[in-house]
Amino acid sequence: MSHDQKKFWHAGNILTAIILAGGLVLTFLRFYKGIGAVSNLDDNNPWGLWIGFDLMCGVALAAGGYVTSASCYLFGMKHYHSAVRPAITTAFLGYFFVVVALLYDLGHPWRLPYPLVYSQGTTSLLFEVGLCVSLYVSVLFIEWSPAAFEWLGMRKLRNIAVKLTLPLTIMGVVLSTMHQSSLGALFLIAPGKLHPLWYSSFMPVFFFISSMVAGTSMVIFEGTLAHKGLHRMMDETHLKEANGVAFGFAKAASFILAGYFFIKVFDITMDDDWKYLATGYGAIFLVEMFGFVLLPSFLYAIGVREKNLKIVRIASVLGVLGIVVNRFNVSMVAFNWQLPAAERYFPSLMEVGISIFVVTLIITTYRFITTRMPVLFEHPEYKDAH
Amino acid sequence: MENLIYTLHDFMLHTKTITYVLMGVALVSFVGYWKFLTGREEKMRKY
Repeated sequence: MSHDQKKFWHAGNILTAIILAGGLVLTFLRFYKGIGAVSNLDDNNPWGLWIGFDLMCGVALAAGGYVTSASCYLFGMKHYHSAVRPAITTAFLGYFFVVVALLYDLGHPWRLPYPLVYSQGTTSLLFEVGLCVSLYVSVLFIEWSPAAFEWLGMRKLRNIAVKLTLPLTIMGVVLSTMHQSSLGALFLIAPGKLHPLWYSSFMPVFFFISSMVAGTSMVIFEGTLAHKGLHRMMDETHLKEANGVAFGFAKAASFILAGYFFIKVFDITMDDDWKYLATGYGAIFLVEMFGFVLLPSFLYAIGVREKNLKIVRIASVLGVLGIVVNRFNVSMVAFNWQLPAAERYFPSLMEVGISIFVVTLIITTYRFITTRMPVLFEHPEYKDAH
Repeated sequence: MENLIYTLHDFMLHTKTITYVLMGVALVSFVGYWKFLTGREEKMRKY
């Protein structure tokens, strides 16, 4: 084995290879033996971990794309420019792999394009989500493509894509507003199934606002990981602007989280749900509200005041986890809460394995892109050209 | 308190009264929170 080969097979890459190999086996089982062979899904629980985590969390955590590009190109905060490409890359990969994960969850995956080309259910929220996500994946691909074109030396195509930046950013914000909220609206159809502490006629608003927190937190969290693992790929501009991006986004996240906390309290008051707080579900709800909404909000605020990057980074981890906790609670923990324990859903190990496989695919692809294409640095031939 | 709620109107009166009070509290708190959040930022010179 040569020196380069030895260098390649370090612990991280070996673990990645094992997960990818295991994931391929599970993928074969899923498509050869059917969805029942690998999952605990049934008629009572048709949506499980793949929807609750891969889709709900994936879409929310990919919100960094529209949050960052809107800040930079629509609100003129040019000092966030170096954060746009990494955020767009993450968002594009997030959405692309949401679609990949959806193929596992659909009983007839080959019918994925049906709502768009065969049978449009224009009165269905799922149709709206499907349309928005498919359009937004395309928008994100074009927004991300200049990095690939610069890498491949395709100057003309790159210039065309760059010229489309502003209309694409506007489209991105419009589409995100629509489908982020619609994902919450999907649960409006099940008032009897979702626990009253989470069920609300304002769920679309909650999902949209929390997606902004997810986006800002994810940009900070991803920046932290990139600084640890991909520091060598960052140019001077990126390194210089990194702290400003973290503090600016932390300030935004802190204020949005505080607002989110208050509207959740208003919702409890409007529906008179106080009595549920003293139950087991109430405890879960309070952990979500205080541990993953108020706490990160205060930590972000203290981090911004003290200019303490470490506190901001800790808050970003809580912010990201908070979105996962919220989406898990809505789609699994508090869903079908009145069913007896024996009929409740718990994901099988193989479902968890496929979710880990999808996350590993995202990380591997992100590493492939960022170690080759000008994402964390500016291409020498296009300095200050975008 | 629950014994006093007989109609939807009673319910709405009960819940909205509390909500409006909390909204007032929230609006005032937001100003304070914003001051706390931005308190140590350098003031922008406007002259």
